[in-house]
Amino acid sequence: MITRIKAIAGITIKELYRRKDFYVLFIFTVLIALVFASMNFFHDDRIVRYLKEITLLLIWIASLAIAISTSARPMPAEKESRTIFPLLAKPITRSEFILGKFFGVWFACGIALLVFYGFLAVLTGTREHTWELLNYFQAASLHWAMLGIVIAFVLFGSLIFAAPSSNGTISFILTAGILLLARHLNSVALTLPEPSRSIIYALYYLVPHLEFFDVRDLLVHNWPLIAWSVWGMALVYAVFYASIFLISASLCFRRKALI
Amino acid sequence: MRRSISIIILLLVCCFCLALRIGQSLDNSSQAKAREGNLMELLLGDSRRLIGDYLFTKADVYFHSGFYVSQFEHPEHQEGSGHMAGETEEEHGEHEHETEASKPRDWVEAFGRKFYPSTHTHLDEGGPGKNAEDVGEILPWLKMSAELDPTRIETYTVAAYWLGLRLHKPKEAEQFLREGLRANPGNPSILFELSRLAINNDKDVVRGRNLLELALRRWNEQEATKKEPNTFLLEEIYAHLAEVEVATGDYTKAIQHFTELKKLSPHPEMIEKQILELQQKQKT
Repeated sequence: MITRIKAIAGITIKELYRRKDFYVLFIFTVLIALVFASMNFFHDDRIVRYLKEITLLLIWIASLAIAISTSARPMPAEKESRTIFPLLAKPITRSEFILGKFFGVWFACGIALLVFYGFLAVLTGTREHTWELLNYFQAASLHWAMLGIVIAFVLFGSLIFAAPSSNGTISFILTAGILLLARHLNSVALTLPEPSRSIIYALYYLVPHLEFFDVRDLLVHNWPLIAWSVWGMALVYAVFYASIFLISASLCFRRKALI
Repeated sequence: MRRSISIIILLLVCCFCLALRIGQSLDNSSQAKAREGNLMELLLGDSRRLIGDYLFTKADVYFHSGFYVSQFEHPEHQEGSGHMAGETEEEHGEHEHETEASKPRDWVEAFGRKFYPSTHTHLDEGGPGKNAEDVGEILPWLKMSAELDPTRIETYTVAAYWLGLRLHKPKEAEQFLREGLRANPGNPSILFELSRLAINNDKDVVRGRNLLELALRRWNEQEATKKEPNTFLLEEIYAHLAEVEVATGDYTKAIQHFTELKKLSPHPEMIEKQILELQQKQKT
């Protein structure tokens, strides 16, 4: 089973690194970051946090764009080019196919994140003269885990929505909405009358809290490391939600007619 | 073939003529617009003030090392620039510390707090990195805020306070204040900050006094007619003028300034005590 999943994941990774999305976004991020790095504020060379913040924001936008666009496309593309039929004719289950696609996109995003965070660490390390590699590791790993949930969700969406564009747009809006607002849903719920209060509170517990994985503020402002037990629990939380979406996608794909 | 080449050349000539024409008219209109404002104003219009406000708030968030009170949590308790503007704890009030102590309402909130700064710290006291020099990290946002909204006086005064008094960069502070003065001619707050720099950093009491007197005149011209004038600034101007006169030995003028200050101060008995002391000194 693992060999079959690995084979599909390998094909997906190869497909992804042939595409130009990552290269364009990386060059774009590097250029903007270098423009900001060249700015001088009141002749103080030690000022670096604004640069970390802007670069991290660009990395987050770029990674979400890569993850959503690459995971929204493979399933419809396989169907459109009819390559899905010879694939499924081989001794491979539909669940393995979904898992292969998921791991392919997720690993490709992991490689992209490695390059992005490597650039950030070099850019800020040369200015700060400190190398907080463990902080970068925690931030990157949590970011990668969050992308796992998003990719699983988009794969599930690609079986529900008609076109990759609509799936991509809806997924992007939902992800951004959760990142910005999910943390505050409980406060909003308390200001509402029943039954809206209970509905919003239920939603608050149901949605995957992607903001758990956003430790940019801690990294930017040089806060100490998150406790490793908390970091581990966040990863378990990500595995739980990614599994829910992957199981849903498998169930949906099993019942879906391909023609 | 020749015909196509001729058409292409003709089209290129047309493009060139059109570009010259448009370039000239754009140049004329930009010259006219330059009188109204800079390029940023042309591009962003009034929204630049909103962005300027946002960047100023960003500086305050940086001063608290990423800790901020959400609009959803306590809309009435939004962070002002109090601490960042160099106010003391008593002046700033206790509301922020109340919000800091608030208990998480559920496990999601409790767990979520581990992934963003949820402790109230100040960069001038070192923040999480225990390095008081880190307070300079607020400056890029203040600089960008001033570029977007040059009419926001607080941006210049706050930046000058940290640059001049805490980061020991009086030249940069003065330069920034002068930029603010060019954008807001005769502003008493900026003149007052310039006087503080002259007195504290340059030890130039005469220039400091001249600037304070100018600030007082401008305050009377600009603020006195307002419904709610900035009397705190007037208090500060009188207090500094009185101190300068005491330092230079002109007790009569110092008493005059203290008398004016007494009318504004929330503690007039303290000012009265200082006046009596000066009168005693005058007699001896």
